[in-house]
Amino acid sequence: MIILTGEEIFKNIVDSIVNLEEDKAVELANEALKKKINLLEVVEKGFSAGIRKVGELWEDGEFFLPELMRGAQIMQKCLDILIPHLQKGSEEISHGKVVIATIEGDIHSIGKTIVATMLRAYGFEVYDLGADVPAEKIIQEAVEKKADIIGVSALLTTTMTGQKKIIEILREKNLMNKFKVILGGAPVTSAWVEECNAHGSAENAIEAVKLVKSLLNK
Amino acid sequence: MPIIRPKIKILDDDHKEMILEEAKSILEVQGVFIENQEALNLFDKNGLIHEGLRYFIPPDLIDKCLKTVPPEITLFDRDGNEHITLKDDNSHFNPGSAAIFILDEDTGEIREALSNDFIRFSKIVEQLEYIAAQSTALVYQDVPKEAQDWHRLYIALSNCYKPVVTGTFRKESFSIMREILLACRLSEDDLAKKPLAIFDACPSPPLKWSDLTTQSLIDAAKSMIPSEFVSMPLAGASAPITLIGSITQHCAECLAGVVIVQLTKPGAPLIWGGSPAVFDMKHGTTPMGAIETMMINLGDIEIGKFLKMPTHAYMGLSDSKIPDSQAGFEAGMGALLAALAGNNMTSGPGMLDFESTQSIEKLIIDNEIIGMVKRFIQGIEDYGAPFASEILNDYGDKEELLSHPSTLKYFRKELFFPSSIIDRMTRDSWKDKGSKSTRKRAKDLSKKLLEKPSVKPIDDKLAKELNKITEKALK
Repeated sequence: MIILTGEEIFKNIVDSIVNLEEDKAVELANEALKKKINLLEVVEKGFSAGIRKVGELWEDGEFFLPELMRGAQIMQKCLDILIPHLQKGSEEISHGKVVIATIEGDIHSIGKTIVATMLRAYGFEVYDLGADVPAEKIIQEAVEKKADIIGVSALLTTTMTGQKKIIEILREKNLMNKFKVILGGAPVTSAWVEECNAHGSAENAIEAVKLVKSLLNK
Repeated sequence: MPIIRPKIKILDDDHKEMILEEAKSILEVQGVFIENQEALNLFDKNGLIHEGLRYFIPPDLIDKCLKTVPPEITLFDRDGNEHITLKDDNSHFNPGSAAIFILDEDTGEIREALSNDFIRFSKIVEQLEYIAAQSTALVYQDVPKEAQDWHRLYIALSNCYKPVVTGTFRKESFSIMREILLACRLSEDDLAKKPLAIFDACPSPPLKWSDLTTQSLIDAAKSMIPSEFVSMPLAGASAPITLIGSITQHCAECLAGVVIVQLTKPGAPLIWGGSPAVFDMKHGTTPMGAIETMMINLGDIEIGKFLKMPTHAYMGLSDSKIPDSQAGFEAGMGALLAALAGNNMTSGPGMLDFESTQSIEKLIIDNEIIGMVKRFIQGIEDYGAPFASEILNDYGDKEELLSHPSTLKYFRKELFFPSSIIDRMTRDSWKDKGSKSTRKRAKDLSKKLLEKPSVKPIDDKLAKELNKITEKALK
């Protein structure tokens, strides 16, 4: 067996993510554990670098959504192997907590799911509440999980009002300073974000990651 | 009679059989997720096995239910006159339903729709010769949220006599909509005999019938009002990426709908339909103008015909944001393919931007496309041999055939006469008339159409009755 140095392992991890090789990525995660390589470095220089590369390839038009999603899922699987071995668990590598859902009355969940998957891959702790979720429930979860970000998606103009409701409830309960609220969905425009007094929206999942990072100054 | 009715086929009988058998097996083994209590009671009564809300439908029950589906549906207009029949390869078109935006002809901006937009839209649909049925095409924001579904039916029938494709957003709305329809008929029995509206009901992919849509199926069946399945597998996202896999999923979702409806009321009218799409792997959107979307539609239509049911599909629409050449070629290909497949009811005209936007300009252009498509499917006529020789013998007399008796006899039959939408002028004339684009010509025509008197204005008594129902329901 060839003995790999840390740097070589990092490079192999990046390659395994970019090449979407799940078995290899998992094997490398286990190898890093066995060799007691600094796990924070494994995450940052290996897996995170890998998913960033996948994101770049997607932005360049080289990769398509199935590849982006698969890359993120492989990364997630590897993180699940590493996290129990981190001193403070997932908190140690978390860039922030996001509660995300498709609003009540709306069953269109695919866009929201893609965003949740990418945020997870980029190091956020994501609580995906699914579709058709009442505004009250989303806020309750955000409070319980001590979220930094609330993400709400809506595909229909008839359900978009639910996005506004989130902000209204947060105001009523004096919770507005606790969270940043971001909106998603095809009909969401910057004018709508402004009207809701929300903190932003993004065109796609990678933009959503950038938005969340900038809102949290990461 | 044409020599042959031009037709396209995309599946062979063996594969139709395989798709059908697999769809049945999916319902038997994987089951369908039903969220509606009335349907669950119905399933329990019929002894269906279930795990939670997932119900497993045995193939023999599906076969039994398929036997009671009527093979054709005749729709009648608001005034009770026979209008169109959905059967065989009859191909009819109606505007795409429930857009949440309108492309404003005057500002060129896509914006939220208002009730006045839908009034204008309905008046234009009334004037357009090749749009056979209307639809509750726009969801507008200046009525209370609770009225956003049923109020459209009121506006539609007040401004246009054509039968209407519609649907509910809330369970409670069905009774109001039924009341509006009943006002146009003598009795419940008369409404059942002379259907005026089709109710769209969309299962949620994969394999789920939600509370709202299931209730719509059940309520419509009880009143013998036709339901139209709008199954929408999203290939690669909520359905298999393979076109044949998505066609199979569509088939399973629709078969579950057949069972719900026929268990509610055997013989209730149904349309096998859908709005499938492939998932755009770059933008995460649902392109209705994608050629693969059209291929899934064609497969779905063929399965519906295999089952001897009237068929529906969402075709003839575009993902472009303006009525440009993309809108033209996507709508043109879709409409032609739908008619070549012999699809009975095609929804789509007017629609842009993934079913989100309606455009009056595009609707007017699409009407022209459908005019051409309808000419195409009339095919080539055999008027009796010899086909040319006798006519050519006469050419020498005048050195022209324009005034030949055969030309005068057949030219109106052989040729489709386009409106001002299609430009066939010389370049000089085109310049003299303002060098207008198709879109500009459509906009100009829209103003003219709106000034025209109604083809069949609503009877005063009925108008008052519809107003009364609406006022009561809005209270």
